Amino acid sequence: MLRYAIRSILVTIPLLLILATVVFFAMRAVPGGPAYAILGEQASAEAIAALEQRLGLDRPLLEQYWKYISGLLTGDLGTSLFNRLPVGRQLLQSLPYTAELAGASMAIALLLGIPAGIWMATRRNTVGDYVARVLSLVGLTIPEFYLGVLLIMVFSLQLDWFPMLGAGDLASTASTLHHLFLPSLALGLTLTSFIARATRANLLEVLSEDYLNTARAKGLPERRVLLKHALRNSLTATVTVVGMYTALLLGGAVMVETVFTRPGIGKLLVEAVYQRDYPMIQGGLLLFAACVASANMLVDISYGFLDPRIRYD
Amino acid sequence: MKQRSPWRDGLRAFARSRTAVVGLLLAASLVIAAALASVVSPFDPLEMNMKERLSRPSPTHLLGTDQYGRDVLSRILHGTGVSLIVSFFSIAIAATVGTVVGCLSAYRGGIPDLIVAKLVDALMSFPTLILGLLVVALLGGGVVKLTLTVSVTFLPRFVRLARGETLRIRELQYIEAARALGSSRLRVALRHVMPNLLGSTLVMVALWMAAAIRIEASLSFLGFGVNPPNPTWGNMLREAVRWLSSNPWTSIFAGGAIFTAVLAFNLVGDGLRDMLAPRLRGPD
Repeated sequence: MLRYAIRSILVTIPLLLILATVVFFAMRAVPGGPAYAILGEQASAEAIAALEQRLGLDRPLLEQYWKYISGLLTGDLGTSLFNRLPVGRQLLQSLPYTAELAGASMAIALLLGIPAGIWMATRRNTVGDYVARVLSLVGLTIPEFYLGVLLIMVFSLQLDWFPMLGAGDLASTASTLHHLFLPSLALGLTLTSFIARATRANLLEVLSEDYLNTARAKGLPERRVLLKHALRNSLTATVTVVGMYTALLLGGAVMVETVFTRPGIGKLLVEAVYQRDYPMIQGGLLLFAACVASANMLVDISYGFLDPRIRYD
Repeated sequence: MKQRSPWRDGLRAFARSRTAVVGLLLAASLVIAAALASVVSPFDPLEMNMKERLSRPSPTHLLGTDQYGRDVLSRILHGTGVSLIVSFFSIAIAATVGTVVGCLSAYRGGIPDLIVAKLVDALMSFPTLILGLLVVALLGGGVVKLTLTVSVTFLPRFVRLARGETLRIRELQYIEAARALGSSRLRVALRHVMPNLLGSTLVMVALWMAAAIRIEASLSFLGFGVNPPNPTWGNMLREAVRWLSSNPWTSIFAGGAIFTAVLAFNLVGDGLRDMLAPRLRGPD
């Protein structure tokens, strides 16, 4: 198991390198060059040249790349063009807020989605299943920022139960949760629908497998058959869905942070794009890519944990 | 007696799915609304009327007015065209370029193909919206650049789809037969493999068009799309949110339009998938 985990980690490292390289070249792929894009069309040639020198863009490409990679390894992500503060530090300060949002959304999605999926699978093709499938369709397609706006309308403006902006005080759990509820609901409901459907589909598939009949023949109560055997084995598929949709979750987090005016990497990134703060955009991209890669790695590792057959491949 | 053909069977399968038909009707209504927007709109979408700003739905203004007194219904109708055109063209471009690149790359094989595959994997590691933000940061705003942005964002998916399907189809026997008969690789790729990609590509075109509408709305909502005062659903929602406490209706309708469009194309895509390529079903 440990060997399998280490292997997963080792595979992720070159992927991170490739991602960093892609970001490096992508940032320089602007027509006219990054300095031109930052300063705009009206800028003089001297201003552009000065900025290029300041950002180190006039050095040979290989030298830039080397500086970039070695910087990454030491945690130096450059300095923000907008407020002259280190990019890395700002991202790190905002990370907890995004992490708590993502975590809470994921928790909601799992806590609601898996039981919903089980419920739908056991009541296949009944009215309840049908209604649930319609609801999950709505959940799947509704844009998370629209859902957020609707939630604000009802629960913040109308009922005044929850705040509509900010993230509260990190130190206070109550404040944090109070500010977290609506945003994580907005973000989590989409994922809930995915998980519910995936759980339903996989449970249905697993329920028709023969080894369950063996369990029943052994005399095990249906509930035990369901929970211990069927569910455990369909969890792999649920975990896959979670992994696949981490990217969706992170993208949605950007939107939800904007709607609820929450501090977080999403908000930082959007502002950076407005302000053409290239070092910050680059840093934000890298962080998002790293998050997705790590999530996939964790999913891989959990496979080894959930399905023993995989460990021995 | 009418001849049975795969097309008729397929259409019948599509028609059997109620959700797919609903989706198709919705999508058709949107297209018609977009085409007839100028004709059907009760007001000029840019016409301001400060006396009637932020009003609720009424007989004159069926969906109310926004903060400048502009008729929301007219704006939504005009916004339909923008959203549909941007998504349609971006997906069309991404599908065309992506499918050709993916198919030829898979067929060529070797190191170039490996590079393409790794590059696509890397790009697809990014959340779609983040990728969109990156491209918009590089290219800038406005309708044309937005279309290009969404197009580039969806390009890797089509490359990956085409590659996967090509690798699969390549192993089928009639390809072997064509090669045995002496067709060149390029000819086989173009004449035999590509037409077979059509089914799965078409399915994903519909599904990813829904995603494109959503991404375009998201980018516009963030402020990177079409500039005001020209309406798109995304920028309408963006402005409406500021006035949420005074008049929630504009937000409800603008967001509702986005939701309806995404739903419509998702349903059509699901129907197409069940009809043409059930193999593409994911964990659903």
